[in-house]
Amino acid sequence: MAVPLSDGSALEGPPVSYDPDLERVEIELLLEGVFRHYGFDFRSYAYASIRRRLWKRVEAEALSSISELQALVLHDSTAMDRLLLDLSISVTAMFRDPDFYRVFRQDVVPLLRTYPFIRIWHAGCSTGEEVYSAAIVLEEEGLLDRARIYATDINGNVLKQAKAGIFPLTRMQEYTENYIRAGGTRSFSEYYTAMYDGALFSPSLTRNTVFSQHNLVTDRSFSEFHMVFCRNVLIYFDRALQDRVHSLFYDSLVMFGVLALGSKESLRFSQYEDCYEMLHVKERIYRKVR
Amino acid sequence: MAEIAVIGTSWGGLAALHQILGALPSSFHLPIVVVQHRHKDSGQLLPRVLQDDTRLNVCEVEDKTPIVGGNIYIAPANYHVLVERGHLSLSTEEPVAFSRPSIDVTFISAADAYREGAVGVVLTGANSDGARGLKRIADRGGLAVVQRPDTAESPVMPAAAERLVPTARVLTLAAIAELLASLAVGPVHARRTGT
Repeated sequence: MAVPLSDGSALEGPPVSYDPDLERVEIELLLEGVFRHYGFDFRSYAYASIRRRLWKRVEAEALSSISELQALVLHDSTAMDRLLLDLSISVTAMFRDPDFYRVFRQDVVPLLRTYPFIRIWHAGCSTGEEVYSAAIVLEEEGLLDRARIYATDINGNVLKQAKAGIFPLTRMQEYTENYIRAGGTRSFSEYYTAMYDGALFSPSLTRNTVFSQHNLVTDRSFSEFHMVFCRNVLIYFDRALQDRVHSLFYDSLVMFGVLALGSKESLRFSQYEDCYEMLHVKERIYRKVR
Repeated sequence: MAEIAVIGTSWGGLAALHQILGALPSSFHLPIVVVQHRHKDSGQLLPRVLQDDTRLNVCEVEDKTPIVGGNIYIAPANYHVLVERGHLSLSTEEPVAFSRPSIDVTFISAADAYREGAVGVVLTGANSDGARGLKRIADRGGLAVVQRPDTAESPVMPAAAERLVPTARVLTLAAIAELLASLAVGPVHARRTGT
């Protein structure tokens, strides 16, 4: 029964001999340095996750401490680019949580339909899987031409990927299954062209989409929206930062605007809980009511 | 002193969890985090089924769920659960060894956050997830526990953990339940751990 104990992936943590209190000091110093030198503010990110990502980068750069990583990224901006990818990328899938998209189509689209012109914000869109998924639903429901969609992320490189609309061909089977379970009404393959190992999604899906850099931590609201998507982004923030971003969303939504969170996120304990009603409990879709 | 228990299991886990959780007394006051491998789109059936076994409160982990003693927290499908001091965070980072939730990820974070206060339990399963995490718990001075492989529906996972952590206590399910109960029964009720 010789099963390999490791898939070769990094341990994603410090050696056991590493002093956890010193480690926290080093991490705080690195994040402070990155903020002051580059302006990217990760200081209020959830500790366990950012720590795991920093150690992954320490290992990938063949270093042995967080302090060494700090020196490297402060003096070498290409190393910072690599760290930024580690810190800001969120691994997702098209039509992740198919039930969410089914509910979006059934319960939210009819609300959006009542507006002559629809403004939608994908906050923290990363490589764009959700942007394309939602656009496909809007297209099938005949609303895409009425929509103006803003897709933002802190990281300019992932935005370029999102804009390009090329996703790995190897995932199309999974995405197709998700799409069908989400209540898709066409053949999923209509939306992309296979080229080499990539699937190029139809640029017409993003004809009304603006991709732009926006920092949820430091930037302000930039428009009024009828719907904000922010699914599985806030899980990487600590409670205080989550509250600040919720205040940003509240200010950015029209009255009766819709906020979609990840299915394991909630407004519970946030100061804005009373300002929303639940449109769909299980899928965590909220509507601003006061 | 034990402050938190993390249990990892895969194939055959439901029956094993049923037996362990069902044997814990209602005065049990440790928080337990359960990572059971399951399909990414499986819904909230698992916490509901496990709730039928126990008078302790069973809930699925939501982001930043406070860790409260006597509660049993189930890792949601398709997320990693990271243990922080006093609360649980979620992550959609890439699967580790094809698993999300990954037992190793949860165990390692529990070991680093709670150090010698962490208790790790590896049960039945057909892969080797959990072994590295259990080693981390043992290395940090926590208590490592493994289901006796010859009593497991699938012995691969506990055997891998036993091999990597030779100091682990290797026990039957009934003995594991007894051990857990002995760590966490007493006058303290619904104690909040951490900060």
